[in-house]
Amino acid sequence: MYAPNFAAPQSIDDAVRMLGADGAKPLSGGTDLIVQMRSGRNRPDHIVDLKKVPGLIGIKAEGAGFRVGAATPGAELGEDKALVAAYPGIVEGAELIGSTQVQGRASLAGNLCNASPAADSVPAMAACGVKAVVVGPNGEREVPVQDIPAGPGKTSLGKGEFVKEFVLPALPANSGDAYLRFIPRTEMDIAVVGAGVQIQLAGDGTVAKASVWLGAVAPTIVEVDASCLIGTKLDDAAMAKLDAAAQAVCNPIDDKRGTIEYRTKVAGVMARRTAEIAFKRAGAR
Amino acid sequence: MAKIHVTTKINGEDAEFLCEPQQTMLDVLRDELSLTGSKEGCGSGDCGACSIIVDGRLVCSCLMFGAEASGAEITTIEGIANGDTLHPLQQKFLEHAALQCGFCTPGVLVASKALLDANPSPTEEQARYWLAGNLCRCTGYDKIIEAVMDAAAEMRGE
Repeated sequence: MYAPNFAAPQSIDDAVRMLGADGAKPLSGGTDLIVQMRSGRNRPDHIVDLKKVPGLIGIKAEGAGFRVGAATPGAELGEDKALVAAYPGIVEGAELIGSTQVQGRASLAGNLCNASPAADSVPAMAACGVKAVVVGPNGEREVPVQDIPAGPGKTSLGKGEFVKEFVLPALPANSGDAYLRFIPRTEMDIAVVGAGVQIQLAGDGTVAKASVWLGAVAPTIVEVDASCLIGTKLDDAAMAKLDAAAQAVCNPIDDKRGTIEYRTKVAGVMARRTAEIAFKRAGAR
Repeated sequence: MAKIHVTTKINGEDAEFLCEPQQTMLDVLRDELSLTGSKEGCGSGDCGACSIIVDGRLVCSCLMFGAEASGAEITTIEGIANGDTLHPLQQKFLEHAALQCGFCTPGVLVASKALLDANPSPTEEQARYWLAGNLCRCTGYDKIIEAVMDAAAEMRGE
């Protein structure tokens, strides 16, 4: 009979040691892992609950940025007014994951390390330059979030490594972020396309810097070449170029939520719409 | 693997149990503690019939291991009424006929209680979004929402 071990370490060192065992899996909110265990897709020998490790849950303001514990539930992100004000796009991505019940458990690190191409919290984090603090047998390293997923269900993390927290950088002046996703229903579905954008404005109100990432259109999230937006106020010509650039990086699958052609077309639309929201938010600051 | 000994608090009372590492909190409630009010609809966090409140957060007990309950404070449907006196939500569900087969009802009540704990004056839209993770195949939801809004008003003394 299947009978894993369960442990809830109370220090980083113990967690690293336990996760170094063969067949060990970290547990944060469990909203993916427990479902996968039930279906038989994932059968860890050791379940290592990280939520009792100090710092894994909670949000700390740090200068003009934030440190967010890896296992902090989505609901807690949405309740943090300062975080919502600074990074509304990251929070709206995280809050799109599942129901109220799922929000009570689901975490940024779980969403990232489950490595679904459609993970809703990841594109906006990548657009905002968020780094994951990874700890493991060889100490600590900071990794851009987009470098953690390596393909559906696969990560670049080594044995014994896990994400401890996320560093949300000091908010750039005159910047705004946004996340939009398209799903076939109104709520609680998996993204057909997700788009995360951060835009920074120059003094004259034109775009100085733009970062655009798409989810669910390739094995991992992909970056869109958004150089066409620089120096513009998102006029029609710039938006047409962004639409084309977004479609150009798509390498999606066909599934019940959308065909390759459909996903590709929608990716262009979502990139434009999300850029518009980020632009407005940047201008309002 | 030996069973795990867990001490916790359920519906205001100290509780302890032994569980297998892979047993969910829902399994523990139903099979070890005979608290069978929480239902298993899907077992994958989609239906909300197993909703419980853990340390103030609404969660699906099928998406939590029993071992994680160590040191937590848990509210289940069995802890909603005050002895023989129904909670206003329960009373309003009866008055509005907000249940038919009843399978989803414990989860809906626990989720509704969590809503009113967090927000005593929800708008109808907020109530519908909050309860979007509780599936009901009978009522069509309108009666549930009417009962929740009415209970909220009564609890506010209106």
